[in-house]
Amino acid sequence: MEFFLVQLLNGISYGLLLFMLSSGLTLVFSLMGVLNFAHASFYMLGAYFAFQLSTWIGFWPALALAPLGVGAIGMLVERFGLRKVHRYGHVAELLFTFGLAYLIDEAVHLVWGRSAVDYRVPPDLDGPLFSIFTSQYPTYRGFMMLVSVAMLVSIWLALTRTRIGLVIQAALSHPQTVEALGHNVPRVFMLVFGGGAALAGLAGVIGGNAFVTEPGMAASVGPIIFVIVVVGGMGSLAGAFIASLLIGCLQTFAVALDWPLFFGLKLSQVAPVLPYLLMVLLLIFRPKGLMGTREG
Amino acid sequence: MNWKRYFLWGTTAIVFAVAPLVFTSSFALTMLTQMGSFIIFALAYNMLLGQGGMLSFGHAVYSGLGAYIAVHALNLMGKGALVFPVTLLPLIGGLAGMLFGMLFGYVTTRRAGTTFALISLGVGEMVFACVLMFPGFFGGEAGVSTNRVVGKAFLGVTYGPALQVYYLVAAWCLISMAAMYALTQTPLGRMANAVRDNPERAEFVGYDTQKVRFLQLVLSSFFAGVSGGLSCINFEIVSAENVSALRSGGVLIATFIGGVPFFFGPILGAIVFIFFVVALSGFTKAWLLYLGLFFVLMVLYAPGGLASLLLLHIPLLRARRLNRLALPYLLAGGAALLAFAGVVGLVEMVYRLSEQGASTVISLPGVSFDAATAPPWLFFGLVLVAGLAALHFARQFFSRRWHDVQAGMKA
Repeated sequence: MEFFLVQLLNGISYGLLLFMLSSGLTLVFSLMGVLNFAHASFYMLGAYFAFQLSTWIGFWPALALAPLGVGAIGMLVERFGLRKVHRYGHVAELLFTFGLAYLIDEAVHLVWGRSAVDYRVPPDLDGPLFSIFTSQYPTYRGFMMLVSVAMLVSIWLALTRTRIGLVIQAALSHPQTVEALGHNVPRVFMLVFGGGAALAGLAGVIGGNAFVTEPGMAASVGPIIFVIVVVGGMGSLAGAFIASLLIGCLQTFAVALDWPLFFGLKLSQVAPVLPYLLMVLLLIFRPKGLMGTREG
Repeated sequence: MNWKRYFLWGTTAIVFAVAPLVFTSSFALTMLTQMGSFIIFALAYNMLLGQGGMLSFGHAVYSGLGAYIAVHALNLMGKGALVFPVTLLPLIGGLAGMLFGMLFGYVTTRRAGTTFALISLGVGEMVFACVLMFPGFFGGEAGVSTNRVVGKAFLGVTYGPALQVYYLVAAWCLISMAAMYALTQTPLGRMANAVRDNPERAEFVGYDTQKVRFLQLVLSSFFAGVSGGLSCINFEIVSAENVSALRSGGVLIATFIGGVPFFFGPILGAIVFIFFVVALSGFTKAWLLYLGLFFVLMVLYAPGGLASLLLLHIPLLRARRLNRLALPYLLAGGAALLAFAGVVGLVEMVYRLSEQGASTVISLPGVSFDAATAPPWLFFGLVLVAGLAALHFARQFFSRRWHDVQAGMKA
């Protein structure tokens, strides 16, 4: 019971982090039709920015500034890169972000070196939050959940209750009409792309010190969030939410369990394959994903 | 078959035969051999991307697994448990690649477009994780090594010397090129184009688009496997890197740089890519950054790749007006070189500063400077800005001249 509760909490906090990443990806995809391959690189950039800023001015300012910095980079990328390749079609846009991911990864190598950096949980948040039976639950995990939930609620409010949110929603389905009504749709695109990058950056700020900040972090989390987008159904936010929690819990439980399987393998050793296996099974039995509506 | 086609294929065969006689150093020979097997891989990849419209991020799976099966077959041959000529080993790799293509292709080709891209990425990651999970068969991180000199020599060919391996690769490369070209002319090749351009219409005509994608993928994975088998003979080792996302991304970059819309594009791309990987990686550790930069610039400014840039000039050559472009090209080239020098200087200095324990003094023949001081930064920054400015003006001049020449040809 104790084991189950602790793992469940860990799984949910990891799942919420994954949703912070996949929600930005999904929003950008459904608005612009662009699958941002560099999304996980923005996540990594957020972690590295936060590391650098927290050594200069402390963790709390970094928590606000690093996502803003990543968001600004995202906007520049959209304005001077994506908008140019837009006329060549979606494959070219995807390839552009793919190349961008290479560039960001290599730039991180160049600036911060090839080994992990010492980005730690701030002392205010170090230590136990509460205890479940005999094991203590770390404060930082609770903080991660708090930040993710606060962010998700504010996005939801921004999308449904503000003027710009309504324009974004309208531009999702009828960009020409929105443009005809006098709204600057390319600027909306730029804002959404920057916003998605900032979300990924924020996830990096709070995920970077909970896990490890190293140059391979984009390559390890990137495929997982793409799996989430496929499993949830392309372009569905609700699907991405369910899939994030599902895969977050799946991975957390599998890593912690030592059940023997076939060929002398243990469940914990098979853990890295499970998300992909889930994706393959889902595609065989339900090709459009959990909540997907789009075919193609 | 007209005389032009005979001429092209004949020239290619002669170039393949003569290349190692011209570039005789062992370094050049390794590079040529790698180019040969990578050309097959890139062409196989373009059967998906160029001819079938399927953007795959996991094609290394088929070449890598083909290479693994081939390396085990070669080891069995070495033990005497299997009698099979080494010359035909790539066939084993190809068949293995095809088998895995059938297995995974059944899942991946259920969807097209962006979803296909994501699924291929997921399958690639799955296979990579599995390879590390079963060290008994795949040899873990270190991989499976082998010895290509097996059995009795046939007509004096043992595949011990690198030159013999080169000619083996060249022969397979030529055969595969011809086979893949022939495939583009078959009804399946034509249908793949139709499914790429307008899947809905292809379905109305009565074709199952999923089946066409599946068949195209299976054939493509055969050639990917052939390339894997050749790289197994060439390197005598197959490791997890062979199925990694890095390899899959590499073949995508090479194919795109070469030119996706043209059959011969990936050949150019493979040559340039291997040159980047083998030659440049010896000079600088930032070679991946330069490759990425080159790729992004191609996506932004030349989506048809190097092949399209070359083909643009053929009408000018025919009209004997190419000389009119010499001056603008010279100016643009000089400006680009200047900007590039600025970028290289800045990147290498950043790298030198971040590298722990390395001296910050960079010495080149004739000059040396300290990357920890401001003047070199200012210098290279100015070089970059000047280069970009010059490039801007050179581009305007170039496009004016280009339009003049085009207008002159129409008149």
